[in-house]
Amino acid sequence: MNLYAVMAIFRFEMARFFRTVWQSIVSPVVSTSLYFVVFGTAIGSRIQEVEGTSYGAFIVPGLVMLTVLTQSVQNAAFGIYFPKFIGTIYEHLSAPISFVEIVIGFVGAAATKSLIIGLIILATSFFFVDIRIQHPLPMIAFLVLTCISFALLGFIIGIVSKSFEQLQLVPLLVITPLVFLGGSFYSISMLPPVWQTISLFNPVLYLVSGFRWSFYGLSDVPIAASLAAITLFTILCLGVIWWIFRTGYRLKT
Amino acid sequence: MPHIVSVDRLSKTYEGGFEALKSVSLDIEEGEILALLGPNGAGKTTMISIICGITTPSYGSVSVGGHDVVTGFRAARRLVGLVPQEVNVEPFETVFNTVSFSRGLFGLPRDPARIEAVLKELSLWDKRDSKLVELSGGMKRRVLIAKALSHEPRVLFLDEPTAGVDVELRREMWETVSRLKADGVTIILTTHYIEEAEAIADRVGVIAKGEILLVEEKSKLMKRMGQKSLRIELTAPLDAIPDSLSGYALEQDGPDALIYTYDTNAERTGITRLLGDIAAAGLHLADLQTKQSSLEEIFVSLVQESAA
Repeated sequence: MNLYAVMAIFRFEMARFFRTVWQSIVSPVVSTSLYFVVFGTAIGSRIQEVEGTSYGAFIVPGLVMLTVLTQSVQNAAFGIYFPKFIGTIYEHLSAPISFVEIVIGFVGAAATKSLIIGLIILATSFFFVDIRIQHPLPMIAFLVLTCISFALLGFIIGIVSKSFEQLQLVPLLVITPLVFLGGSFYSISMLPPVWQTISLFNPVLYLVSGFRWSFYGLSDVPIAASLAAITLFTILCLGVIWWIFRTGYRLKT
Repeated sequence: MPHIVSVDRLSKTYEGGFEALKSVSLDIEEGEILALLGPNGAGKTTMISIICGITTPSYGSVSVGGHDVVTGFRAARRLVGLVPQEVNVEPFETVFNTVSFSRGLFGLPRDPARIEAVLKELSLWDKRDSKLVELSGGMKRRVLIAKALSHEPRVLFLDEPTAGVDVELRREMWETVSRLKADGVTIILTTHYIEEAEAIADRVGVIAKGEILLVEEKSKLMKRMGQKSLRIELTAPLDAIPDSLSGYALEQDGPDALIYTYDTNAERTGITRLLGDIAAAGLHLADLQTKQSSLEEIFVSLVQESAA
């Protein structure tokens, strides 16, 4: 294992994060605060509580997930796409590093960034609502796993994308709708039966549900199903990345 | 002595069918400077890219320091530094950090003293805290060289290193290359500038249409391929070459000069007899000059022969 290379990529990516601190940290905090104001205050005044939890507190796990998912995908996608775009990827390809090390460096940095943002949002939400975390360790585990698995997805998007437009396409048109429709701001028990069934095909539902369970013990689907879903998703992403590096798809000529 | 780089029957056909390399074999000696000359699209960059791991070969193998570049890629790549043709750098990173990054990527611990030495060697130390986006094109090219040298490679590939740089910087780069050679680094450079190969290379390879036409020591090549010309200036103008000199390969160069082309490797150059016949024809000499063909002329003739 070329640990120095992994650390070099990790540090390089983190340096970009801290260079663009306004975009990286302040922007998600501001938008999350706005969600609290709009959803928590405006809608919360009409929906007092969901399954015994105040609406404001109920949406916290969903809000954290919304940001963590999009940030993981965007950070990792940009991280690998940018060297491809400006042509510095030659250095990664000609260095004595394996694809595993490249993935650990890029995905590790992207996951760390979104984990930091997720924790900042969580801390921010303490200012707005009363939050209790019933299962802290599973909560952290869910958060970390989500950061990693969606950073892996972002890494794939970054490699496959041929333009900045394509880079934005999946986060905007797939991830965000899935998060909004995945029970971030409601319990699927509040939906008509048909939509409840349709929601079960949304993979993000399993993440939000599992994450919310770690806070309040509330879940739309069994916790085991959530764990299985995120594990399966991670394995799937790893498989695709392994294939990309084996074939050099969109990386090597 | 084992070769530091060994290319064996290397072929590359790109998607779409373009055959960039056709079963190329090449051995590179440790410590030499090999210049690869070739027109655009000859396959120079493809070959370097395969050796460095950026491009996948269609057939054949390459070893560096005895390590196969595919099966023993870690050991092989550790020995290699690459300065690519395109000046691509991370625009918002500082010079010092980007060079340090390259060292880490090649599996070496941080070494600020080493980075400082490399930056000083390339006259970049004053710019260490500058962002790359603020540097001129020539400076960025120096940064690429600094990145390639950050991990102390034993083999350095310079792909068109002086394309688009000013004369002063080019000369500085040549000096750097000479110092690296003195340290035992093997250097392979591709270039369009024949005078670059002529000035610094030990051996010259000519590549065209994916095939190596020749690899030879520069001095031998110039001697072997080199034709010399003798310019004979006369004291009086000449209307036409006298019939008694018609047996010689003579051309008139203005009213009062003749050019005689001869092969330095021939058993006899014919110069002595020619000068005697010129005197016998009643012509008087004002001056004599000889000129060796340049590497450029040799290169052009080789490429034209291969195209014919």
